[in-house]
Amino acid sequence: MSTTLTAAPITNSLTAGMLPRRASLWLLLTSFAVTGAFFGVLFAAGITNDFNIVGTVFFGVLLFCLLIWSVSRAVEGSRKAKDRLVTALVALAFTIALLPLISVTFTTIVNGLPRFDMEFFTHSMRNVVGPGGGALHAITGTLLITGAAALISVPIGLLTAIYLVEYGRGSLARGITFFVDVMTGIPSIVAGLFAFALFALITNDPGIRFGIGGAVALSVLMIPVVVRSSEEMLKLVPNELREAAFALGVPKWLTVLKVVLPTSIAGIITGIMLSIARVIGETAPLLIIAGFTSSMNYDLFSERMMTLPVFVYTQYMNQGSDMQAYIDRAWAGALTLILIVALLNIIARLIAKFFTPKIAR
Amino acid sequence: MTTAVAPPIKAKQRPGDRIFSTATVVAGSLILVVLAAVAIFLVAQSLPAFTADESAFKGGITNFWDYVWPLAFGTVWAAALALLMAVPVAIGIALFISHYAPRKLAQSLGYVVDLLAAVPSVVFGLWGITVLAPALQPLYSQLVEWFGWFPLFAGPVSGTGRTILTVAVVLAVMILPIMTALCREVFLQTPRLHEEAALALGATRWEMITMAVLPFGRPGIISAAMLGLGRALGETMAVAMVLSPASVISFALLQSQNPSTIAANIALNFPEAHGVGVNVLIATGLILFLITLAVNMVARFVINRRKAFSGAN
Repeated sequence: MSTTLTAAPITNSLTAGMLPRRASLWLLLTSFAVTGAFFGVLFAAGITNDFNIVGTVFFGVLLFCLLIWSVSRAVEGSRKAKDRLVTALVALAFTIALLPLISVTFTTIVNGLPRFDMEFFTHSMRNVVGPGGGALHAITGTLLITGAAALISVPIGLLTAIYLVEYGRGSLARGITFFVDVMTGIPSIVAGLFAFALFALITNDPGIRFGIGGAVALSVLMIPVVVRSSEEMLKLVPNELREAAFALGVPKWLTVLKVVLPTSIAGIITGIMLSIARVIGETAPLLIIAGFTSSMNYDLFSERMMTLPVFVYTQYMNQGSDMQAYIDRAWAGALTLILIVALLNIIARLIAKFFTPKIAR
Repeated sequence: MTTAVAPPIKAKQRPGDRIFSTATVVAGSLILVVLAAVAIFLVAQSLPAFTADESAFKGGITNFWDYVWPLAFGTVWAAALALLMAVPVAIGIALFISHYAPRKLAQSLGYVVDLLAAVPSVVFGLWGITVLAPALQPLYSQLVEWFGWFPLFAGPVSGTGRTILTVAVVLAVMILPIMTALCREVFLQTPRLHEEAALALGATRWEMITMAVLPFGRPGIISAAMLGLGRALGETMAVAMVLSPASVISFALLQSQNPSTIAANIALNFPEAHGVGVNVLIATGLILFLITLAVNMVARFVINRRKAFSGAN
């Protein structure tokens, strides 16, 4: 008796028991469609005032996590299901980080634009009550104080980095490295209190407020950042360059000045720009030692000096009778501040990109 | 017969070398001096506060320690809440960038997270009070309604949403970038062979991460968390703007009476302070300095110890 053997349909053992390739993408779109429809109905029925985008995304992702886990568990087994669930959760974590970034940028631009006009950049707040006025005095103050802080901290920071990389051996170098790390953790308000305590004792004036104190406070925050980034850059300079210079009989200090620094200058400038971008938005120390005023002040060494972050803070916290004018000015100041920081960041990246010496590999 | 003993060869001392190397040593030592000066001047200016009598404080507080205790509690409580929220998210983002995202995208995604660090804290404060607090308030009302029996969510709910939980959310957002950056670096240092061995044994990607990446990165995660904690403890403006403070010690998250933090209290009261009030605020700043110093030193110690013993370098 002959049996006819019919070949079973060949299944690829490598793809058996696996979800199709695009399955997770489709599931994600489905979950968004479902939650979108749900919130769309709520919106159409007039229960919510506008279409709830945050709710759609949030519950959509939640639904997706549930779906992908159960589907994968049914088809692929529990280990794969867990893997897919974690993949979804990890991607979710990244989206969560994006939400505040987008929200902050969006609200700052929307609320900042109404007063982002010529008057804002050409007037101070002197004798302004209610609408009008601008932040010229604050922008000037910010530039002066941050500039002074950079003048103090760049030489100190750069020389320290050179010491750590080129000269430093033994316990002093180790101690400096450790305390530079510790210094990065000083709260900004403590730096402000330090500057205040220092100058209050020196000048014997218990209510001391002036610009240079703000610059000193910012330097305390800025020096460790400059040291750290410059140190990294100096370490990248190949030792062969130094040895070649020594072999030619160049003294050490000239080697550092003419060989090591020019090689790493792009990276160092990038680091300095980024550190300026970091301290330019500091509010707390300036609030304490530079104080606030509504008039122009070009003199770092006397009288109170307004800065942009403090301007934003005081405009928002001390609203006058015409509240909207103050709030608008605060947001316009915030927008200006973000633009300055973004500009510094972009310039820093461009310098790093274009001026890094091309080392042949 | 005399043998001429050649004098030992000495490098010629050039004035340029002397000046330059001295300048670098001075600059380096200056940093230590500054750190010492911070401590000394803070101590010097806060001495009057420790012996101040009742007239220096408001609201029936009799001595400095009664004044600083609720503030210290609020500082630690807000920072701990922020850390609780930020750690899992930071680990998730770091894993996403180091092990999940497509290689080509990974670096630009890292930049995107770093952008969060570029937003000034005063802008975060503004955002927290005008966008986040009103957005979270309905959620808080629901929480109190449904889970009010749970001590953390006890009522009455704050009508503005300016509670310590909102502050903790803002703080969590602010410490995310530094924690993410550190975790990412550590995860990328995981020995490639460990990962490949796990995958070759049939582990899924998540099993590979639990077997190879996370055990290797644990000290790094801990120190990243400590550094984030240090940042959260000292953050000023966001707290000062968002929180509606009171001098209480309370664990309730959603009420309008919240313990304030040291930094925010200084920022809010310093402009109007005078006399011994200034010294009291500086003394609270000293306490904050000591807390953050301890946290940071522990974190750096963990990092440095790990550097010495890991196989990565």
